Amino acid sequence: MLESYTGAAILLFMSVAIAVGMLVATSVLGPKRKFADKMEPFECGESQIVSPYQRFSVKFYLVAVLFILFDIEAVFLFPWAIIYKQLGLFGLIEMVVFIVILGIGLMYVWVRGGLDWE
Amino acid sequence: MIVDLAITLAKVFFILAVTVGFFAPVLTWVERKQSAIMQDRIGANRADIMGFTALGLFHIIADAAKMFFKEDFIPDGANKVLHTLAPVIALVPALLTFAVIPFGGQYNLFGKEVNLVISDLDVGLLFVFAIASLATYGYVVAGWSSNNNWSLLGSMRTASQMVSYEVTLGLTIIGVLMVYGSMQLTQIGAAQENFWHWGFFLQPLGFFMFMTASIAENKRIPFDNPEAESELVAGYFTEYSGLKFGMFFMAEFIEIVTIAAIVTILFFGAWHIPFVTTATLLSIFDFLGTTGSNLVLMFIHVGVFFTKVLIFIFIQMTIRWSLPRFRYDQIMKLGWKILLPLALANIVVTGVVILALS
Repeated sequence: MLESYTGAAILLFMSVAIAVGMLVATSVLGPKRKFADKMEPFECGESQIVSPYQRFSVKFYLVAVLFILFDIEAVFLFPWAIIYKQLGLFGLIEMVVFIVILGIGLMYVWVRGGLDWE
Repeated sequence: MIVDLAITLAKVFFILAVTVGFFAPVLTWVERKQSAIMQDRIGANRADIMGFTALGLFHIIADAAKMFFKEDFIPDGANKVLHTLAPVIALVPALLTFAVIPFGGQYNLFGKEVNLVISDLDVGLLFVFAIASLATYGYVVAGWSSNNNWSLLGSMRTASQMVSYEVTLGLTIIGVLMVYGSMQLTQIGAAQENFWHWGFFLQPLGFFMFMTASIAENKRIPFDNPEAESELVAGYFTEYSGLKFGMFFMAEFIEIVTIAAIVTILFFGAWHIPFVTTATLLSIFDFLGTTGSNLVLMFIHVGVFFTKVLIFIFIQMTIRWSLPRFRYDQIMKLGWKILLPLALANIVVTGVVILALS
């Protein structure tokens, strides 16, 4: 069973080698000239006014939570979709019930404004 | 055993040569040249060797040399380890998804069954999604570790855009899985030998939704808010230079190829030619013997597959130079309020139709 992953493992090894090779090449080959003004993070010519590590909009957090919910639901649909032809009518009814519940959840988030970005 | 390993190694080298060696550099040139043609400019034509410009193809070499010899810049206050690691996390998944993408069928060469896919996993499509979503970490870490306001804003946008469209992406292909009853990309490809069984005819809505969602997942125009250069300088890779910047660029171009390859396999008959079955092709070249005819068949199929991939790359490039950037609220609205309900409806309709036909 694991044998079928041999090729993927080789490809993983090769692509990590390529990526690390590029990192090493760029750090060895390039020039190194350091002075204070240059090392500042870019802010259109100004010195940095505020640190980037501040609070950010809760919307991003909300999207992450919604993603976990809906992605797990999508994962539940994968095995069902594969054997759908064997399941027949039973499979359809089960999944329509599932999707309707999912849809109610989506409608709730929608109505409460969880999907709105101003 | 040794022969199997040698074949696998050959396939790995082929894929790496095609993606890193051919598509990634050539697409940088295609993007510039195509934009020049579409905007009625002359375009990349300055780099020359002894006066020959070769349509600007030498710009690839010039760009590569420039990236190698540029300073590897890490700003003050940045997390050095994460800043260095981020491009690796972005590039490796982009390459790794090719492990399960078949670029041809099965051929009987020298008494051996050769399957033109690096790892023929039965969870193929799931593997693609699992690995591709790991790249999100690369982009988020890149923005977070840079100690730069633009970078952080860009990576926040990246994170929520990529996870939003991942949901849609997962739901749009469920229709395809229902139709073919398999997640193995080689099986889905093999099932499309008949022209009218191509995914596009069985799942037309699925194709358009998949294409939209995957372009958004790849953060290209019109969904390029994470790196919107007129608002965020360059988004998450503002503080990257040299080859580290090049790695993000390569990851993006390789993902274009991945999207084109998956669209070809799921919706456009993979390596099959319309109305010409494998058996017909084999009988035409029968006079070459088993290995000979299979070898010719293999070259035809690989050629057909990459021709289709090129067509879908061209379509993506054309979209990129045709549409303006959407606003961020429009992108999120498209993902959650339009594509997601449509994808759910598509699943139900597909289910009813399959049941009615059986």
